[in-house]
Amino acid sequence: MGPLVPDVVGNELNFIVALIIGIFFGVILEQAGFSTSKKLVGLFYGYDFTVLRVFFTAGIVAMIGVIALEHFGLLDINLTYINPTFLWSALIGGLIMGLGFVVGGFCPGTSICAAAIGKIDAMIFIAGSFIGVLIFAEGYPLWEGLYKADNWGNVRVFDSLGMQQTVFAFFLTAVALFAFWMISIIENKVNGIKKPAFRFTPYYVTLGAIGFVLSLSAFVLTERKDSLLELVSNKEYVESYEIKTISVDEFAYRLIKDDNKLQIIDFRPTKEFEKQSLPGSTSFTFDNLFEKEPNKILKIRHKINVFVADGEHQERQFAIVANRLGFSNVTILKGGLNSFNKEILGFDKNSVATTKQESDTYRFRTKASSIIPVLIKENKTAGPVKKTQKRVVGGC
Amino acid sequence: MEEKKYMNPYLAGVLLGLLLIATIYITGRGLGASGAVKSFTVGIVETVAPEHTGNQTFYKEYSGDHAGSPLMNWLVFEVVGVFIGAFLSGLISNRLNLKLEYGPRSKPNIRIVGALIGGLLFGFGAQLGRGCTSGSALSGMAVLSTGGLITMMAIFGGAYLFAYFFRKFWI
Repeated sequence: MGPLVPDVVGNELNFIVALIIGIFFGVILEQAGFSTSKKLVGLFYGYDFTVLRVFFTAGIVAMIGVIALEHFGLLDINLTYINPTFLWSALIGGLIMGLGFVVGGFCPGTSICAAAIGKIDAMIFIAGSFIGVLIFAEGYPLWEGLYKADNWGNVRVFDSLGMQQTVFAFFLTAVALFAFWMISIIENKVNGIKKPAFRFTPYYVTLGAIGFVLSLSAFVLTERKDSLLELVSNKEYVESYEIKTISVDEFAYRLIKDDNKLQIIDFRPTKEFEKQSLPGSTSFTFDNLFEKEPNKILKIRHKINVFVADGEHQERQFAIVANRLGFSNVTILKGGLNSFNKEILGFDKNSVATTKQESDTYRFRTKASSIIPVLIKENKTAGPVKKTQKRVVGGC
Repeated sequence: MEEKKYMNPYLAGVLLGLLLIATIYITGRGLGASGAVKSFTVGIVETVAPEHTGNQTFYKEYSGDHAGSPLMNWLVFEVVGVFIGAFLSGLISNRLNLKLEYGPRSKPNIRIVGALIGGLLFGFGAQLGRGCTSGSALSGMAVLSTGGLITMMAIFGGAYLFAYFFRKFWI
């Protein structure tokens, strides 16, 4: 599961990756024509919209790609850098950058490209940007307040707008396609070209079709969590789903033996977990199943992962979701913790055993009901096992 | 030899989008540019006036966020890559030549002052806005960050707003 840094790609290798990605970035920008200020500012005077075409296409492709990676469980969005939102600094900083764009004719990335192929104006622009950063750094106390005002955190735009991610993605793709059409008309008008902007040539038809399919694909790539939640809300499906189970007696036996194969994944609310939990158990939430760091423990080999919750139905729901996410090694506690509490911890010693098997069970449960509460008490001080990983630090 | 034509913008956009997806998948972060300028600046100030950086809030906050030398930074490596990549691309397409570009009604000295002030404004704005066109607008759009999209609209909106006053620079 991505991001591959820092587990698969180490921090040193990441610098090499940065260099390689940079080379590709530079080649693409230069090949697209971002190495000349005349082409860049054409966007603002209507004679050349290359920047908007490249920029918007790249943004849409990347957006849908990220949604798809998330949908197929290949990327943990909680570890991915989401540019934090500080309303006023984003707005005012953006406006200043806009002014810098029309005055200077570049933005930082493109100025580096242009300087690389010998544009003197780009070199001067870079020098200017060093001075700009220096002024910001030296005068920092003056604008620190503005810089840190109105912190919304790592919010995402569809949440801010109260929309579903897919709806927003579709909307944005539609806006992009419309913009591509409009700018071609404007461009031809400004440059005095009489030909219609879009003709039904195979080229344009294919392009439009790809764009249309892309925009629709946003709808197929629903958020994984939502679709899985819907799946396990079907009672019949959940009950008939085949899952390995462990009986309360075997579970108790392994607990007493301190079996290190046993790995208890506790899905009760954290508050209840903190109040009382089984020895060696790990507190887990539904969201944890989708996250890269916590769900590592579910992949440890030769472990019996027992999902526990108050009722068996809940355990089943979590187990199905885990199964669907690719964790095949999942067992549930038969009857849930309710049954465990009743049959083992609160074992009624007055019950009468008639057969041989029943009397064995009787003896075992009597013993277990005196040992396990002690284990739980001893465990109480250990507290919940928590695993967190920091979000990647990115941005400029 | 003649300069080669530029790539189709939509094709370039798709390639750039795929590169951005790969970047996010591998590193968990997007592309950027202005962050490297910041790292270079901090690096220079640290070398020239090490005492100064120890006292000022900005540099203290910077070294709090970034351990180690300011030049051992992801974006610094990436931007060095951009420089190499653009140079190779220019070499292949016969676009390498030292020249100062300016609009038909503009003059070299106007262009020089404009580039310097424009760079200054962009450098300053990118610090305030936590990223430039690459780091904030493009990468922010990929992960649908609210702040990234606000910055994007502000950059392009601002540029259109001010474009009229600087038309003599370009057309």
